Amino acid sequence: MSKNLKFDILRTTLAIGIALFIALVIILSVSKEPFAAISQLLFGPLGTVRHFGNVVEMTIPLVFTGLAVSVMFKASQFNLGAEGAFFFGAIGASIIAMKVALPIVIHPLAAILVGGLVGAIVTGIPAILKVKWGASELVSSLMLNYVAFFLGLYLINYFFRDVSAGAMVSLPFLDTANLMVLIPKTRIHFGIIIAAIMTVLTYYYLYKSKSGYEIIVTGENIKFAEYSGIKTGKVILMAQLIGGFIAGAGGATELLGMYTRFSWQALPGYGWDGIIVAILARNNPILVPIAAFFLAYLRIGADLMSRTTDVQNDVIAIIQGIMIVLIVAASFLEKYRHKLTFKEAKENLGQSSKEGK
Amino acid sequence: MGEEILSMQNITKVYPNGIVANNRVNFSINKGEIHALVGENGAGKSTLMKILFGLENPEEGDILLNGKKISITSPNSAILKGIGMVHQHFMLVPSLTVAENIVLGSEPRKGKLFLDMDKAIKMAEDLAKKYNFDIDVRAHVKDIPVGTKQKVEILKALLRGAEILILDEPTAVLTPQETEELFKELILLKEKGHTIIFISHKLREVKHFCDRITIMRNGRNVGVYKTKDVSEEDISRLMVGRDVILTVTKEKAQPKEVVLKVRELTFVNEFGKKALDNISFSIRNGEILGIAGVEGNGQRELVETVTGLLKCGRNKVLIEGQDISVLGIKEIRDLGTSHIPEDRMTYGVAENLTIEQNLISNIYDKKELNKGFLMDAKKIIEATVELVKDYKIKCSSPKQTVKMLSGGNIQKVVVAREFATDPKLLVADQPTRGIDVGATEFIRTKLVELRDDDSAVLLVSADLNEVMELSDSLIVMYEGKIVAYFEDTDKVTEEEMGLYMLGVRKQSDEEIRGVVYE
Repeated sequence: MSKNLKFDILRTTLAIGIALFIALVIILSVSKEPFAAISQLLFGPLGTVRHFGNVVEMTIPLVFTGLAVSVMFKASQFNLGAEGAFFFGAIGASIIAMKVALPIVIHPLAAILVGGLVGAIVTGIPAILKVKWGASELVSSLMLNYVAFFLGLYLINYFFRDVSAGAMVSLPFLDTANLMVLIPKTRIHFGIIIAAIMTVLTYYYLYKSKSGYEIIVTGENIKFAEYSGIKTGKVILMAQLIGGFIAGAGGATELLGMYTRFSWQALPGYGWDGIIVAILARNNPILVPIAAFFLAYLRIGADLMSRTTDVQNDVIAIIQGIMIVLIVAASFLEKYRHKLTFKEAKENLGQSSKEGK
Repeated sequence: MGEEILSMQNITKVYPNGIVANNRVNFSINKGEIHALVGENGAGKSTLMKILFGLENPEEGDILLNGKKISITSPNSAILKGIGMVHQHFMLVPSLTVAENIVLGSEPRKGKLFLDMDKAIKMAEDLAKKYNFDIDVRAHVKDIPVGTKQKVEILKALLRGAEILILDEPTAVLTPQETEELFKELILLKEKGHTIIFISHKLREVKHFCDRITIMRNGRNVGVYKTKDVSEEDISRLMVGRDVILTVTKEKAQPKEVVLKVRELTFVNEFGKKALDNISFSIRNGEILGIAGVEGNGQRELVETVTGLLKCGRNKVLIEGQDISVLGIKEIRDLGTSHIPEDRMTYGVAENLTIEQNLISNIYDKKELNKGFLMDAKKIIEATVELVKDYKIKCSSPKQTVKMLSGGNIQKVVVAREFATDPKLLVADQPTRGIDVGATEFIRTKLVELRDDDSAVLLVSADLNEVMELSDSLIVMYEGKIVAYFEDTDKVTEEEMGLYMLGVRKQSDEEIRGVVYE
């Protein structure tokens, strides 16, 4: 087990290394100021408290969507609705934040809860279609993302729009709803604590609870799960509802922590990034914050690079692409792994024959 | 007997999961002999042959053909060198005809593009005639019996010029009559100068018609003998490294109340064929009822219906008086049903999960293993460590993944889990298929113990020896029907059983009704 884990870490690290190396080569070949660009990309986020704060701020939503995707992938449900759930969760939360008067503490919690429930609807619909009629959750969730997006915009623009504001934004949130900023000079907000709690809860849920066991068994071998008496339809639905809930709660947290009104006019993309985070973390909740932080760091580094030098932040797409291909490719380093096993097996044989003598 | 035709020297093969399948194995065969390769499962016989046929690449070692070193990198290169293999699981296209299957890959063509069907049929017929195979080359493979499918596989290899023919457990799926026929054909092949490597578990056959025998144990070659110089007992001892008793000693059964009732059960499969046709029988606690029959005669559908994997009509199947048509698998298990599935890798385990996780799949939600919202890790460890010990599952720890285990040990995981709940009804479908003698003996003994503890056991097995050895009473299935019932297994012979299994004979309805009681 632990040998496998070590190997996985080695593989992931090497994949990241190769991806970064290729990115550096590209920067060297296209940029007139390659060293400035590279230094911004790799060390820019460490430059000031504010920039490092940006990394942490971005980590928060990525943790939520990474956890959401991990739970669904763990059940082998390739539901890509985290994006829609994140967006729609934010819509649900902003309606509570604008229109329902509640005391502090209770208000943001209620908004996040509603955001989670609304998010669960978005991922739950493909899940029901799958369980009832065998429709691929991958396809239906992908399309439903856009339904969630336009429905959300419609709700905000027609019912909650602030006509006095110059742009297409909602009414301002009530003051009681905002999540407070924790660290001065940054926008790092209380959401980071909620994200940490969510990580621990998800870990315990997946690895220590009955329901989590059902998800893991069903995800590994659904026929075995059914044969064992596990109600797999229920499990498949459950995993996706929980995934949607986490993503929706993430959307709500992001909105209440970073904004004072709803102003998104496009899908924010954290749901898609959640897939990258989950893949990097191998669907393990405990590794999700690390993966989320890493991705956020790269993103902010790339942003700084494109702002101060002549290299565009699209470089990040190349790094991501190479990383994921290498991690997902089952045969990457497989020969090396086989060599190791062969060596170890030979050593074991040598030992046992010595013992025999 | 001729010169040495082929030898494999110092072959070492390590699988990606770290299992050393072959450890410096030497293997040699002479021209024109039938050479048996025997050993327990996991001894490395199949791996050695896969290397010879180019399906696996060894880490070390050489292969010499007629004294010349050759390299075999794929089945294609093996075929070019005159080596053919008939796999345990047939590699045929069911919707094509026999002739089409035989020529597949080396089809005669009209022009460059079109298949010359007449020529293909003629080629297949000539080949069958040459080797005296009785076969209709125009029949579709899906319609022909297993024994004939095997002939098609052999002909396929012969057409490609196989001088050396590897047969991987060819008799596992055959009836005694079909096995006889196969032997006659193999001896004929031998007389025509072919060399045959015969992998088998069945010592009687090996003794019966092989010239020499190579015995493997634990990835090593432990000896090569002339078959006439060793007895069945000698071979068996060399295989396992100790004496094994292949018969199970058991008292006479003392059946009591009816646990499982099946009444007029019919099941129509997706092709509109009656896979089960008006089946009725009962099992009481304290007895083992065996179901014999050639595979594919409704046994699988019967097992899946009784265990809830397939749905049935109202009041067709009752366990402990409960109609199971309205119950889910969970509820059927809660009635005290356990199930050893035929296909352990698909239904029996999740191979990427740990032994521990696999051992609790039917009890994870029980109160004893849970504390509030969470599972009780300590109790789970205690329970699984004990099972691993009781069932002698060979592993470094219960946290090891199941796919690291050998076939026999994986089956022990399944058996341990299913037996641990003290079932009232155990459905055991091929409980010892493809596992080694040691594990087989262990599982068979456990089955009898379970019966003596007042469980009802439904045993389905294609291994005639096994059903006859273990069952107290027997039914035979043929084309979805029960065609015979023997109240006392001791009073029937294998040959007699074969006749019923092949549908040659059928008992009267009166006799069959003997297995139905209230």
